Amino acid sequence: MTDQKIETSNEQVLQEGDPNTTGHVWDGIKEFDNPMPRWWLWTFYACIVWGIGYTIAYPAWPLINGATAGLLGYSTRAEVAADIAEVDAANAPILARMEEVALGDITPDANPDLYAYAVQGGAAIFASWCSQCHGSGAAGVQASGYPNLLDDDWLWGGTIDDIHLTISHGIRNEDDPNAHYSEMTAFDEILTNDEIASVVQYVRNMSGQEAEATLASAGEEVFLNNCAACHTDQGTGDQFLGAPNLTDAIWLYGGSEEAIEYTVRYSRFGVMPPWSADASDAGRLSEAEVRAVAVYVHSLGGGE
Amino acid sequence: MEQLRMALTVLNRSTMKGRSMLDYVKLLILGLVTLCAAIAANYARDVPYMVHMVLVMITAGGLFLYQLRRTGEPVMPVPTHEYMDGPVKAAAIATVFWGITGFLVGVVIAFQLAYPQLNFDWSQGYLNFGRLRPLHTSAVIFAFGGNALLAASFYIVQRTSAARLWGGNLTWFVFWGYQFFIVLAATGYVMGATQGLEYAEPEWYVDLWLTVVWVAFLAVFVGTLLNRKEPHIYVANWFLLAFIVTVAMLHVVNNMSVPVSIFGSRSVQVMSGVQSAMTQWWYGHNAVGFFLTAGFLGMMYYFIPKQAERPVYSYKLSIIHFWALIFLYIWAGPHHLHYTALPDWASTLGMVFSIILWMPSWGGMINGLMTLSGAWDKLRTDPVLRMMVTSVAFYGMSTFEGPMMSIRAVNSLSHYTDWTIGHVHSGALGWNGMITFGMLYYLFPKLWNRQRLYSLRLVSWHYWLATIGIVLYASSMWVTGIMEGLMWREVDAQGFLVNSFADTVEAKFPMYVVRGLGGVMFLSGALIMAYNLWMTVTRGPAKAEAPAMAPAE
Repeated sequence: MTDQKIETSNEQVLQEGDPNTTGHVWDGIKEFDNPMPRWWLWTFYACIVWGIGYTIAYPAWPLINGATAGLLGYSTRAEVAADIAEVDAANAPILARMEEVALGDITPDANPDLYAYAVQGGAAIFASWCSQCHGSGAAGVQASGYPNLLDDDWLWGGTIDDIHLTISHGIRNEDDPNAHYSEMTAFDEILTNDEIASVVQYVRNMSGQEAEATLASAGEEVFLNNCAACHTDQGTGDQFLGAPNLTDAIWLYGGSEEAIEYTVRYSRFGVMPPWSADASDAGRLSEAEVRAVAVYVHSLGGGE
Repeated sequence: MEQLRMALTVLNRSTMKGRSMLDYVKLLILGLVTLCAAIAANYARDVPYMVHMVLVMITAGGLFLYQLRRTGEPVMPVPTHEYMDGPVKAAAIATVFWGITGFLVGVVIAFQLAYPQLNFDWSQGYLNFGRLRPLHTSAVIFAFGGNALLAASFYIVQRTSAARLWGGNLTWFVFWGYQFFIVLAATGYVMGATQGLEYAEPEWYVDLWLTVVWVAFLAVFVGTLLNRKEPHIYVANWFLLAFIVTVAMLHVVNNMSVPVSIFGSRSVQVMSGVQSAMTQWWYGHNAVGFFLTAGFLGMMYYFIPKQAERPVYSYKLSIIHFWALIFLYIWAGPHHLHYTALPDWASTLGMVFSIILWMPSWGGMINGLMTLSGAWDKLRTDPVLRMMVTSVAFYGMSTFEGPMMSIRAVNSLSHYTDWTIGHVHSGALGWNGMITFGMLYYLFPKLWNRQRLYSLRLVSWHYWLATIGIVLYASSMWVTGIMEGLMWREVDAQGFLVNSFADTVEAKFPMYVVRGLGGVMFLSGALIMAYNLWMTVTRGPAKAEAPAMAPAE
């Protein structure tokens, strides 16, 4: 098929009452000689006049060194600094008290105003910094081993001082030498497959879950020889070592046979950053903020 | 002017004579490119670079063989009395193909945001959201939009100049060169080769290639304009020329970078920090201004008067709004960087120019809509015209919304939220998408010599699916955008933030599903269009041979 011939298409036919055209025709297209709509033109002018005025009032025109500052002396940085300063000034007295009052005294009875501020402010700090792992409702994420903070099962202690210590220094991080530290052994190459299978059943039995009885009883010896050093003979765990209580049916990584077997074979342990700016360079929170969020977490239901 | 035209004619003749010479030059270049690409692939320092060099090698090698077999064949005389419509047809088909690809990837990533499980483990590093997102944006802007602009430019400049495209097969080079650019860019994204500049992700060698193709595009366009038989240059061509020239400038400046190695895809930007950010958004905003606005206005200025069969409303308005638009747009970029490291003065200027830009942008809308005066009744019977008019209405809406969002106070709420995404899509789906669909419905019967489209009913289906899809998309993004903007800034009496980021993500979920459904509707409309156009070409009744003005060969 050949391409189309170069030819002039039919010119557009004008209707009665049409305005004049400019006389140009391109491929049949004509153009009316209409004036620009007045409203359009005047709005355009108004925008230009407004624009000139605005650039006089606000920082706008670049000069050789710097730019015009504008008659209003406006600056986005000054504006946000003023906002922050205002809030800081309003909060200064209560923040000072937050650092002075003993942690144990920040309670609804002893210091109701301080307690209310700590819970409210702590919730905001939690939403900004903690919810990424622990969830915005603090229920944790079992699939990733982020602990639930609503229950009364604590890995490293649930008193207000324990929680404050954990938040300040974090867990198993390399930024803060005072971080909690411990590692579970990976038993994949230490125990035989039979031993692992039996200890898994023993641990399930311990927490009252359905377990295969013969394997479970065989697992007791394996447990006492290999696990009890940290998890204790009864399996109740040791908060000093961060060794979880295995009897309470609350699971950090899940309590199914597969999940427990994986933990026994390959070991699992989570990491938490240090938050106290006083304790390490990696910390992002002031002492008052660490205390506030500790009070908040303590208030969630499981605090001891 | 007259001398230039003479020079071009002479140049054309001498190329005809030196044909066999030219063949050998081509063979030499293709051979060298194949060899260099083979060497580069051998020494490649990363996978994307190696894959790309193998692609270059295969393509150049294939062309070498093709050229070799053709060397010495008698040359067909150039039919100077015919339009060169082959590349227009090819670009129109490519527009449909890339459009559907781009919309499909868009639907996928929309649902990936609603259901993160769709970022499958097996596809991590290739088909997860981070890799697919630039694939989507580039596919719709540069592949779909770019091919639509190639088709429109090649078609319009010939018709309104009454001249055949200048440069012979150079137009084919532009078309295939551009497709090759798209393939390099798209495969690069999936493999992670990106310089990290939004809408300018392709790495240095892909940028260099696009520069070559783009200069050829400019040459074809300007050459044809110089050959024109009409005394004046039609307004559509002003816009198309502004688009081609400015995009060349933007592309070169924003992509200034130094390769880490000539055998690797990585490069280092010449500018850094806030200068880099400012250059990037000067580029980014003018990609919107000159690619998606000026170029598509060129399309609008030809196809609306044609389809409505009415003269353009106002010549004066077209001149004033053209010059105002291209003068003002180029300064508006800083509004993308309010409240950042960018100095306040630059941010003020960006905002002021954006607001002054409001009326010049609306000039195009007025000229488009008012061209229908005296033909409004056609909207009832002609779904193609309805599509074009809806597109202009969306254009008007987005070009009001844009200046409004550039106001610092509004931007402090809207920036980084889904409102921006909604704004972009009401422009891209509504304005660019709909005017392109209108153009395709106009072009296919014309190019393939059919009496009419296969089915106007299907056009209506496409129209309503697309329109409702866009409305779902834009309104759901307004809701989530304003909601998350308000949630982010919500503080309590003591100055503490009330919501966590995850709270805002959770709150957006239902609207994300609605947005995805809007995308599905838009995509289905495009599939219906593809079917309709296919049937038009294969089954449509051929046009009765019109008595030709020029004698047939």
